[in-house]
Amino acid sequence: MQPRLLAGPLLADGAESFASHRTRLGSLPGKAVRAGLSDTLIASGLLGRGGAGFPVGRKWASVAERSGGAAVVLVNGAEGEPLSAKDRTLMATRPHLILDGAELAADVVGADRIVLYVGREHGAAGRALERAVRERPVPKSLSIDLVAAPTTYLAGEESAAVHFVDTGDGRPTTTPPRPYERGIGGRPTLVQNVESLAHAALIARYGDGWYREVGGDQTRGTALVTVGAVARPGVTEIAIGAPLAELAEHTGAPADAQAVLLGGYFGGWVAADEARDLVLDPATMRAAGKAFGCGVVAFLAGDGCGVTATSRIMTYMAGQSAAQCGPCVFGLRAIADTTATLASGRGRASDLERITRWSEQLRGRGACRHPDGAVGLLDSGLRVFADEFARHATGRGCRATSRGRAA
Amino acid sequence: MAVLDQFLAIDRIRCDGSGLCAELLPELIELDDWGYPIVAAGSVPPVLMEHARRAVAVCPVLALRLRAVPRATMPSQTGPRVRARTAGG
Repeated sequence: MQPRLLAGPLLADGAESFASHRTRLGSLPGKAVRAGLSDTLIASGLLGRGGAGFPVGRKWASVAERSGGAAVVLVNGAEGEPLSAKDRTLMATRPHLILDGAELAADVVGADRIVLYVGREHGAAGRALERAVRERPVPKSLSIDLVAAPTTYLAGEESAAVHFVDTGDGRPTTTPPRPYERGIGGRPTLVQNVESLAHAALIARYGDGWYREVGGDQTRGTALVTVGAVARPGVTEIAIGAPLAELAEHTGAPADAQAVLLGGYFGGWVAADEARDLVLDPATMRAAGKAFGCGVVAFLAGDGCGVTATSRIMTYMAGQSAAQCGPCVFGLRAIADTTATLASGRGRASDLERITRWSEQLRGRGACRHPDGAVGLLDSGLRVFADEFARHATGRGCRATSRGRAA
Repeated sequence: MAVLDQFLAIDRIRCDGSGLCAELLPELIELDDWGYPIVAAGSVPPVLMEHARRAVAVCPVLALRLRAVPRATMPSQTGPRVRARTAGG
Protein backbone atom coordinates (compact mmCIF):
# COMPACT_ATOMS: atom_id res chain seq x y z
CA MET A 1 0.00 0.00 0.00
CA GLN A 2 1.12 3.53 -0.76
CA PRO A 3 1.45 5.49 2.46
CA ARG A 4 -0.59 8.68 2.66
CA LEU A 5 0.20 10.42 5.92
CA LEU A 6 3.75 9.08 5.90
CA ALA A 7 4.40 9.67 2.18
CA GLY A 8 7.29 12.05 1.46
CA PRO A 9 10.74 12.27 3.00
CA LEU A 10 12.17 9.49 5.16
CA LEU A 11 10.89 9.56 8.72
CA ALA A 12 14.47 9.34 9.93
CA ASP A 13 15.08 12.77 8.39
CA GLY A 14 12.80 14.34 10.97
CA ALA A 15 10.29 17.11 10.42
CA GLU A 16 9.36 17.88 6.83
CA SER A 17 9.97 21.54 5.99
CA PHE A 18 7.18 23.82 4.85
CA ALA A 19 8.86 24.17 1.44
CA SER A 20 8.94 20.42 0.91
CA HIS A 21 5.41 20.01 2.22
CA ARG A 22 4.07 22.76 -0.07
CA THR A 23 5.90 21.38 -3.13
CA ARG A 24 4.65 17.88 -2.46
CA LEU A 25 1.02 18.63 -1.61
CA GLY A 26 0.29 22.12 -2.89
CA SER A 27 -1.46 24.85 -0.96
CA LEU A 28 -4.61 24.48 1.08
CA PRO A 29 -7.92 24.44 -0.79
CA GLY A 30 -10.03 27.59 -0.74
CA LYS A 31 -13.50 28.72 0.23
CA ALA A 32 -15.58 26.38 -1.93
CA VAL A 33 -13.96 23.23 -0.54
CA ARG A 34 -13.99 24.53 3.02
CA ALA A 35 -17.69 25.38 2.88
CA GLY A 36 -18.54 21.73 2.29
CA LEU A 37 -15.70 20.17 4.25
CA SER A 38 -17.76 18.86 7.21
CA ASP A 39 -19.99 17.04 4.74
CA THR A 40 -17.00 15.79 2.76
CA LEU A 41 -15.50 14.41 5.95
CA ILE A 42 -18.79 12.76 6.88
CA ALA A 43 -18.94 11.21 3.38
CA SER A 44 -15.35 10.00 3.73
CA GLY A 45 -16.28 8.03 6.83
CA LEU A 46 -13.18 9.30 8.65
CA LEU A 47 -13.27 8.24 12.30
CA GLY A 48 -11.33 9.98 15.08
CA ARG A 49 -7.97 8.36 15.78
CA GLY A 50 -7.55 9.22 19.44
CA GLY A 51 -9.17 5.94 20.44
CA ALA A 52 -12.90 6.60 20.70
CA GLY A 53 -13.46 6.58 16.93
CA PHE A 54 -16.13 9.28 16.74
CA PRO A 55 -16.95 10.45 13.17
CA VAL A 56 -14.76 13.49 12.49
CA GLY A 57 -17.15 15.35 10.16
CA ARG A 58 -20.01 15.13 12.64
CA LYS A 59 -17.81 16.53 15.38
CA TRP A 60 -16.82 19.50 13.19
CA ALA A 61 -20.46 20.14 12.32
CA SER A 62 -21.49 20.03 16.00
CA VAL A 63 -18.92 22.65 16.95
CA ALA A 64 -19.69 24.80 13.90
CA GLU A 65 -23.38 24.86 14.86
CA ARG A 66 -22.61 26.38 18.23
CA SER A 67 -19.50 28.47 17.65
CA GLY A 68 -20.72 31.88 16.52
CA GLY A 69 -17.17 32.40 15.26
CA ALA A 70 -15.70 32.06 18.74
CA ALA A 71 -14.80 28.38 18.93
CA VAL A 72 -11.41 26.91 19.81
CA VAL A 73 -9.57 24.04 18.13
CA LEU A 74 -7.54 21.88 20.48
CA VAL A 75 -5.03 19.82 18.54
CA ASN A 76 -4.69 16.74 20.70
CA GLY A 77 -1.11 15.50 20.71
CA ALA A 78 -1.07 14.19 24.27
CA GLU A 79 -0.33 10.56 23.58
CA GLY A 80 -0.69 9.06 27.04
CA GLU A 81 -1.04 5.45 25.91
CA PRO A 82 2.25 3.78 26.91
CA LEU A 83 2.30 1.41 23.92
CA SER A 84 1.47 4.03 21.30
CA ALA A 85 3.97 6.20 19.45
CA LYS A 86 2.08 7.05 16.26
CA ASP A 87 0.96 10.54 17.31
CA ARG A 88 4.41 11.70 18.41
CA THR A 89 5.91 10.17 15.26
CA LEU A 90 3.46 12.05 13.06
CA MET A 91 4.00 15.33 14.93
CA ALA A 92 7.77 14.98 14.74
CA THR A 93 7.82 14.19 11.02
CA ARG A 94 4.71 15.73 9.36
CA PRO A 95 3.91 18.82 11.47
CA HIS A 96 2.58 20.81 8.50
CA LEU A 97 0.03 18.18 7.60
CA ILE A 98 -1.36 18.42 11.14
CA LEU A 99 -1.31 22.23 11.06
CA ASP A 100 -3.08 22.16 7.68
CA GLY A 101 -5.85 20.11 9.27
CA ALA A 102 -6.00 22.40 12.31
CA GLU A 103 -6.19 25.52 10.15
CA LEU A 104 -8.96 24.05 8.02
CA ALA A 105 -10.81 22.91 11.14
CA ALA A 106 -10.55 26.41 12.64
CA ASP A 107 -12.02 27.88 9.47
CA VAL A 108 -14.82 25.33 9.22
CA VAL A 109 -15.93 25.38 12.87
CA GLY A 110 -15.44 29.13 13.23
CA ALA A 111 -12.47 29.27 15.62
CA ASP A 112 -10.01 32.10 16.18
CA ARG A 113 -7.69 30.11 18.40
CA ILE A 114 -5.74 26.89 17.94
CA VAL A 115 -4.14 25.24 20.94
CA LEU A 116 -1.42 22.71 20.17
CA TYR A 117 -1.69 20.41 23.15
CA VAL A 118 1.41 18.23 23.03
CA GLY A 119 2.72 15.77 25.60
CA ARG A 120 5.55 17.35 27.59
CA GLU A 121 7.66 14.24 27.07
CA HIS A 122 7.25 14.28 23.28
CA GLY A 123 10.23 16.66 22.86
CA ALA A 124 10.82 16.25 19.12
CA ALA A 125 7.08 16.52 18.42
CA GLY A 126 6.67 19.80 20.29
CA ARG A 127 9.79 21.29 18.70
CA ALA A 128 8.69 20.26 15.21
CA LEU A 129 5.26 21.85 15.61
CA GLU A 130 6.69 25.01 17.13
CA ARG A 131 9.12 25.43 14.27
CA ALA A 132 6.41 24.61 11.73
CA VAL A 133 4.16 27.37 13.08
CA ARG A 134 6.98 29.89 12.56
CA GLU A 135 7.74 28.53 9.08
CA ARG A 136 4.31 28.91 7.54
CA PRO A 137 2.00 31.80 6.84
CA VAL A 138 -0.75 31.85 9.47
CA PRO A 139 -3.95 33.87 8.93
CA LYS A 140 -3.85 37.04 11.04
CA SER A 141 -7.23 36.23 12.54
CA LEU A 142 -5.84 33.07 14.07
CA SER A 143 -3.79 32.69 17.24
CA ILE A 144 -1.81 29.49 17.70
CA ASP A 145 -0.20 28.55 20.98
CA LEU A 146 1.58 25.48 22.24
CA VAL A 147 0.61 23.99 25.60
CA ALA A 148 2.78 21.26 27.12
CA ALA A 149 0.42 18.53 28.29
CA PRO A 150 1.07 16.57 31.48
CA THR A 151 2.63 13.13 31.12
CA THR A 152 -0.31 11.15 32.40
CA TYR A 153 -2.50 8.52 30.82
CA LEU A 154 -5.56 10.73 31.12
CA ALA A 155 -4.00 13.98 29.83
CA GLY A 156 -5.49 13.39 26.38
CA GLU A 157 -9.02 12.69 27.62
CA GLU A 158 -10.94 15.58 26.10
CA SER A 159 -12.43 17.10 29.24
CA ALA A 160 -9.05 16.74 30.97
CA ALA A 161 -7.32 18.49 28.08
CA VAL A 162 -9.73 21.44 28.20
CA HIS A 163 -9.47 21.57 32.00
CA PHE A 164 -5.67 21.67 31.84
CA VAL A 165 -5.52 24.43 29.23
CA ASP A 166 -7.96 26.51 31.29
CA THR A 167 -6.70 25.93 34.81
CA GLY A 168 -3.51 23.87 34.79
CA ASP A 169 -5.42 20.98 36.36
CA GLY A 170 -5.25 17.99 34.00
CA ARG A 171 -7.99 15.91 35.58
CA PRO A 172 -11.21 15.09 33.72
CA THR A 173 -14.34 17.03 34.63
CA THR A 174 -17.92 15.92 35.01
CA THR A 175 -19.77 15.81 31.66
CA PRO A 176 -22.06 17.08 30.28
CA PRO A 177 -21.27 19.70 29.18
CA ARG A 178 -18.84 18.15 26.73
CA PRO A 179 -16.09 20.28 25.19
CA TYR A 180 -17.97 20.71 21.89
CA GLU A 181 -20.68 22.45 23.90
CA ARG A 182 -18.57 24.28 26.46
CA GLY A 183 -14.81 23.92 26.36
CA ILE A 184 -11.79 26.20 26.64
CA GLY A 185 -12.80 29.52 28.20
CA GLY A 186 -16.42 28.35 28.06
CA ARG A 187 -16.30 28.35 24.26
CA PRO A 188 -17.32 25.44 22.02
CA THR A 189 -14.12 23.48 21.50
CA LEU A 190 -13.15 20.96 18.86
CA VAL A 191 -10.80 18.46 20.48
CA GLN A 192 -9.25 16.46 17.67
CA ASN A 193 -6.43 13.96 17.58
CA VAL A 194 -3.41 14.91 15.43
CA GLU A 195 -3.77 11.94 13.08
CA SER A 196 -7.42 12.77 12.46
CA LEU A 197 -6.45 16.32 11.48
CA ALA A 198 -3.74 15.07 9.12
CA HIS A 199 -6.25 12.82 7.34
CA ALA A 200 -8.66 15.76 7.11
CA ALA A 201 -5.96 17.86 5.44
CA LEU A 202 -5.57 15.24 2.70
CA ILE A 203 -9.31 14.68 2.28
CA ALA A 204 -9.74 18.45 1.83
CA ARG A 205 -7.24 18.33 -1.03
CA TYR A 206 -8.22 15.09 -2.77
CA GLY A 207 -11.85 14.47 -1.76
CA ASP A 208 -13.79 11.78 0.02
CA GLY A 209 -13.79 9.53 -3.06
CA TRP A 210 -10.01 9.44 -3.01
CA TYR A 211 -9.99 8.70 0.72
CA ARG A 212 -12.33 5.76 0.20
CA GLU A 213 -10.22 4.21 -2.57
CA VAL A 214 -8.46 2.03 -0.02
CA GLY A 215 -9.77 0.45 3.15
CA GLY A 216 -11.71 -2.36 4.75
CA ASP A 217 -15.18 -3.76 4.21
CA GLN A 218 -16.74 -1.41 6.73
CA THR A 219 -14.23 1.35 7.42
CA ARG A 220 -12.29 2.99 4.62
CA GLY A 221 -8.95 4.78 4.50
CA THR A 222 -5.55 4.24 6.06
CA ALA A 223 -4.43 4.30 9.68
CA LEU A 224 -1.28 4.66 11.69
CA VAL A 225 -0.55 1.76 14.00
CA THR A 226 2.14 1.13 16.59
CA VAL A 227 3.40 -2.43 16.67
CA GLY A 228 5.20 -3.70 19.74
CA ALA A 229 7.04 -6.78 21.01
CA VAL A 230 8.07 -7.79 17.49
CA ALA A 231 11.41 -8.02 15.68
CA ARG A 232 10.82 -4.69 13.92
CA PRO A 233 8.68 -2.58 16.29
CA GLY A 234 7.48 0.89 15.47
CA VAL A 235 4.93 3.03 13.70
CA THR A 236 3.60 2.10 10.30
CA GLU A 237 0.69 3.11 8.09
CA ILE A 238 -1.70 0.37 7.04
CA ALA A 239 -4.70 0.18 4.76
CA ILE A 240 -7.65 -0.26 7.09
CA GLY A 241 -8.94 -3.80 6.66
CA ALA A 242 -5.46 -5.28 6.39
CA PRO A 243 -5.21 -8.74 7.94
CA LEU A 244 -3.53 -8.75 11.33
CA ALA A 245 -1.56 -11.79 10.17
CA GLU A 246 0.00 -9.71 7.40
CA LEU A 247 1.11 -7.02 9.86
CA ALA A 248 2.45 -9.73 12.16
CA GLU A 249 4.54 -11.20 9.37
CA HIS A 250 5.71 -7.83 8.10
CA THR A 251 6.94 -6.71 11.52
CA GLY A 252 8.35 -10.05 12.64
CA ALA A 253 5.91 -11.03 15.36
CA PRO A 254 6.94 -14.02 17.48
CA ALA A 255 5.87 -17.20 15.67
CA ASP A 256 4.68 -18.68 18.95
CA ALA A 257 2.69 -15.60 20.04
CA GLN A 258 -0.14 -16.70 22.32
CA ALA A 259 -2.11 -13.44 22.30
CA VAL A 260 -2.11 -9.91 20.99
CA LEU A 261 -3.12 -6.72 22.75
CA LEU A 262 -5.21 -4.57 20.41
CA GLY A 263 -6.16 -0.94 20.99
CA GLY A 264 -3.80 -0.33 23.88
CA TYR A 265 -4.67 -0.27 27.57
CA PHE A 266 -8.22 0.81 26.71
CA GLY A 267 -8.50 -2.10 24.30
CA GLY A 268 -8.19 -5.79 24.98
CA TRP A 269 -6.40 -9.10 24.58
CA VAL A 270 -7.22 -11.39 21.69
CA ALA A 271 -6.10 -15.03 21.66
CA ALA A 272 -3.69 -15.98 18.90
CA ASP A 273 -6.02 -18.45 17.21
CA GLU A 274 -8.75 -15.81 17.05
CA ALA A 275 -6.27 -13.15 15.92
CA ARG A 276 -5.21 -15.20 12.90
CA ASP A 277 -8.35 -14.31 10.94
CA LEU A 278 -8.80 -10.80 12.29
CA VAL A 279 -8.78 -7.78 9.99
CA LEU A 280 -7.78 -4.35 11.30
CA ASP A 281 -11.03 -2.54 10.63
CA PRO A 282 -12.52 -0.51 13.52
CA ALA A 283 -16.16 -1.21 12.63
CA THR A 284 -15.62 -4.92 11.96
CA MET A 285 -13.60 -5.22 15.15
CA ARG A 286 -16.18 -3.38 17.24
CA ALA A 287 -18.92 -5.70 15.98
CA ALA A 288 -16.78 -8.62 17.16
CA GLY A 289 -16.19 -7.04 20.57
CA LYS A 290 -12.62 -6.00 19.76
CA ALA A 291 -11.05 -2.57 19.87
CA PHE A 292 -9.00 -0.83 17.20
CA GLY A 293 -8.65 2.08 19.63
CA CYS A 294 -5.54 4.13 18.97
CA GLY A 295 -4.01 1.47 16.72
CA VAL A 296 -1.79 -0.38 19.18
CA VAL A 297 -0.86 -3.96 18.25
CA ALA A 298 1.37 -5.66 20.84
CA PHE A 299 2.18 -9.35 20.89
CA LEU A 300 2.61 -11.64 23.87
CA ALA A 301 5.16 -14.33 23.12
CA GLY A 302 4.45 -17.98 23.82
CA ASP A 303 6.63 -18.05 26.93
CA GLY A 304 5.02 -14.94 28.44
CA CYS A 305 2.52 -15.01 31.28
CA GLY A 306 -0.84 -13.47 30.42
CA VAL A 307 -1.74 -13.07 34.09
CA THR A 308 1.44 -11.13 34.80
CA ALA A 309 1.06 -9.00 31.67
CA THR A 310 -2.55 -8.20 32.59
CA SER A 311 -1.57 -7.50 36.19
CA ARG A 312 1.07 -4.98 35.11
CA ILE A 313 -1.46 -3.12 33.00
CA MET A 314 -3.97 -3.03 35.87
CA THR A 315 -1.32 -1.69 38.23
CA TYR A 316 -0.49 1.02 35.72
CA MET A 317 -4.14 1.91 35.17
CA ALA A 318 -4.86 2.09 38.91
CA GLY A 319 -1.86 4.39 39.30
CA GLN A 320 -3.14 6.59 36.49
CA SER A 321 -6.58 7.16 38.02
CA ALA A 322 -7.18 10.88 38.39
CA ALA A 323 -8.18 9.96 41.96
CA GLN A 324 -11.41 11.92 41.86
CA CYS A 325 -14.12 9.27 41.87
CA GLY A 326 -14.38 6.73 44.71
CA PRO A 327 -15.21 3.67 42.58
CA CYS A 328 -12.15 4.28 40.39
CA VAL A 329 -9.78 5.11 43.27
CA PHE A 330 -10.72 2.16 45.48
CA GLY A 331 -12.06 -0.28 42.90
CA LEU A 332 -9.15 -0.09 40.46
CA ARG A 333 -6.60 -0.21 43.28
CA ALA A 334 -8.23 -3.32 44.74
CA ILE A 335 -8.45 -4.96 41.32
CA ALA A 336 -4.79 -4.17 40.61
CA ASP A 337 -3.57 -5.44 43.98
CA THR A 338 -5.61 -8.61 43.81
CA THR A 339 -4.57 -9.32 40.22
CA ALA A 340 -0.95 -8.85 41.32
CA THR A 341 -1.51 -11.35 44.13
CA LEU A 342 -2.84 -13.83 41.58
CA ALA A 343 0.10 -13.18 39.26
CA SER A 344 2.54 -13.85 42.09
CA GLY A 345 1.03 -17.30 42.58
CA ARG A 346 -0.18 -16.58 46.12
CA GLY A 347 -3.78 -15.99 45.07
CA ARG A 348 -6.89 -18.06 45.69
CA ALA A 349 -10.10 -18.81 43.88
CA SER A 350 -11.84 -16.14 45.95
CA ASP A 351 -9.45 -13.53 44.54
CA LEU A 352 -10.48 -14.47 41.04
CA GLU A 353 -14.15 -14.20 42.02
CA ARG A 354 -13.58 -10.79 43.58
CA ILE A 355 -11.82 -9.20 40.62
CA THR A 356 -14.56 -10.57 38.37
CA ARG A 357 -17.29 -9.05 40.54
CA TRP A 358 -15.47 -5.74 41.03
CA SER A 359 -14.86 -5.36 37.35
CA GLU A 360 -18.58 -5.89 36.61
CA GLN A 361 -19.51 -3.32 39.23
CA LEU A 362 -17.03 -0.67 38.16
CA ARG A 363 -18.25 -0.12 34.63
CA GLY A 364 -19.86 3.27 33.99
CA ARG A 365 -19.13 4.56 37.50
CA GLY A 366 -16.52 7.23 36.82
CA ALA A 367 -16.80 10.81 35.61
CA CYS A 368 -14.65 9.73 32.67
CA ARG A 369 -14.24 6.32 31.08
CA HIS A 370 -10.93 5.43 32.70
CA PRO A 371 -12.42 2.69 34.91
CA ASP A 372 -14.44 1.34 31.96
CA GLY A 373 -11.32 1.05 29.84
CA ALA A 374 -9.38 -0.64 32.61
CA VAL A 375 -12.01 -3.26 33.42
CA GLY A 376 -12.58 -3.87 29.72
CA LEU A 377 -8.91 -4.82 29.46
CA LEU A 378 -9.20 -7.02 32.56
CA ASP A 379 -12.29 -8.77 31.18
CA SER A 380 -10.44 -9.61 28.00
CA GLY A 381 -7.52 -10.96 30.04
CA LEU A 382 -9.83 -13.09 32.18
CA ARG A 383 -11.32 -14.53 28.99
CA VAL A 384 -8.21 -15.03 26.89
CA PHE A 385 -6.03 -16.26 29.77
CA ALA A 386 -8.84 -18.11 31.59
CA ASP A 387 -6.76 -21.27 32.02
CA GLU A 388 -3.75 -19.34 33.25
CA PHE A 389 -5.85 -17.33 35.73
CA ALA A 390 -7.38 -20.58 36.99
CA ARG A 391 -3.91 -22.15 37.44
CA HIS A 392 -2.70 -19.09 39.33
CA ALA A 393 -5.82 -19.09 41.53
CA THR A 394 -5.51 -22.73 42.53
CA GLY A 395 -1.86 -22.95 43.45
CA ARG A 396 -0.83 -24.73 40.27
CA GLY A 397 1.60 -21.97 39.44
CA CYS A 398 2.55 -20.29 36.23
CA ARG A 399 3.04 -22.19 33.01
CA ALA A 400 5.10 -19.42 31.48
CA THR A 401 8.84 -19.55 31.53
CA SER A 402 9.28 -15.79 31.27
CA ARG A 403 7.33 -13.06 32.99
CA GLY A 404 4.99 -11.69 30.33
CA ARG A 405 7.13 -8.98 28.89
CA ALA A 406 4.93 -7.81 26.01
CA ALA A 407 2.59 -5.27 27.43
CA MET B 1 -46.48 15.98 25.14
CA ALA B 2 -43.62 13.59 25.65
CA VAL B 3 -43.64 11.53 28.81
CA LEU B 4 -40.66 12.21 31.01
CA ASP B 5 -38.87 9.35 32.71
CA GLN B 6 -36.80 10.16 35.78
CA PHE B 7 -33.33 8.72 36.08
CA LEU B 8 -30.96 8.87 39.02
CA ALA B 9 -27.65 10.49 38.13
CA ILE B 10 -24.56 10.69 40.31
CA ASP B 11 -21.79 13.25 40.03
CA ARG B 12 -18.99 10.78 40.64
CA ILE B 13 -16.43 13.46 41.39
CA ARG B 14 -18.58 14.98 44.15
CA CYS B 15 -19.81 11.72 45.66
CA ASP B 16 -17.83 10.89 48.80
CA GLY B 17 -19.62 7.69 49.71
CA SER B 18 -21.73 8.81 52.66
CA GLY B 19 -24.13 6.00 51.75
CA LEU B 20 -27.27 7.85 52.85
CA CYS B 21 -28.87 7.39 49.43
CA ALA B 22 -28.65 3.61 49.70
CA GLU B 23 -30.28 3.73 53.13
CA LEU B 24 -33.24 5.69 51.83
CA LEU B 25 -33.57 3.94 48.48
CA PRO B 26 -32.29 0.38 48.79
CA GLU B 27 -34.55 -0.78 45.94
CA LEU B 28 -32.47 1.17 43.43
CA ILE B 29 -29.16 1.90 45.13
CA GLU B 30 -26.70 -0.52 46.66
CA LEU B 31 -23.20 0.17 47.90
CA ASP B 32 -19.98 -1.37 46.64
CA ASP B 33 -17.31 -2.78 48.97
CA TRP B 34 -16.04 0.76 49.63
CA GLY B 35 -19.42 2.36 50.27
CA TYR B 36 -19.94 4.02 46.89
CA PRO B 37 -23.36 3.76 45.26
CA ILE B 38 -24.30 1.41 42.44
CA VAL B 39 -27.54 2.52 40.81
CA ALA B 40 -29.87 -0.02 39.23
CA ALA B 41 -30.32 0.41 35.48
CA GLY B 42 -33.46 2.05 34.17
CA SER B 43 -35.76 4.85 35.24
CA VAL B 44 -37.21 5.42 38.68
CA PRO B 45 -40.62 3.73 38.93
CA PRO B 46 -43.37 6.20 39.95
CA VAL B 47 -44.04 4.23 43.13
CA LEU B 48 -40.49 5.01 44.31
CA MET B 49 -40.36 8.67 43.22
CA GLU B 50 -41.01 10.04 46.68
CA HIS B 51 -38.20 7.92 48.15
CA ALA B 52 -35.91 8.93 45.31
CA ARG B 53 -36.59 12.63 45.95
CA ARG B 54 -35.79 12.13 49.60
CA ALA B 55 -32.53 10.37 48.76
CA VAL B 56 -31.58 13.24 46.48
CA ALA B 57 -32.41 15.79 49.17
CA VAL B 58 -30.37 14.06 51.85
CA CYS B 59 -27.09 13.75 49.90
CA PRO B 60 -24.65 15.88 51.91
CA VAL B 61 -22.54 16.83 48.88
CA LEU B 62 -25.39 17.25 46.38
CA ALA B 63 -23.94 14.52 44.17
CA LEU B 64 -27.23 12.71 43.57
CA ARG B 65 -29.90 14.16 41.35
CA LEU B 66 -32.88 13.23 39.23
CA ARG B 67 -32.65 13.75 35.52
CA ALA B 68 -35.78 13.86 33.36
CA VAL B 69 -35.46 12.20 29.95
CA PRO B 70 -38.25 12.24 27.34
CA ARG B 71 -39.33 8.65 26.85
CA ALA B 72 -39.43 8.79 23.06
CA THR B 73 -35.67 9.37 22.84
CA MET B 74 -34.83 6.26 24.83
CA PRO B 75 -36.83 3.47 23.21
CA SER B 76 -34.39 0.75 24.15
CA GLN B 77 -34.23 1.64 27.83
CA THR B 78 -34.76 -1.49 29.83
CA GLY B 79 -37.01 -1.51 32.85
CA PRO B 80 -35.56 -1.05 36.32
CA ARG B 81 -34.34 -3.96 38.32
CA VAL B 82 -36.11 -3.26 41.55
CA ARG B 83 -35.05 -5.07 44.67
CA ALA B 84 -37.56 -5.86 47.37
CA ARG B 85 -38.07 -3.10 49.84
CA THR B 86 -37.13 -4.33 53.27
CA ALA B 87 -39.12 -3.66 56.39
CA GLY B 88 -38.71 -0.16 57.76
CA GLY B 89 -37.21 1.09 54.46
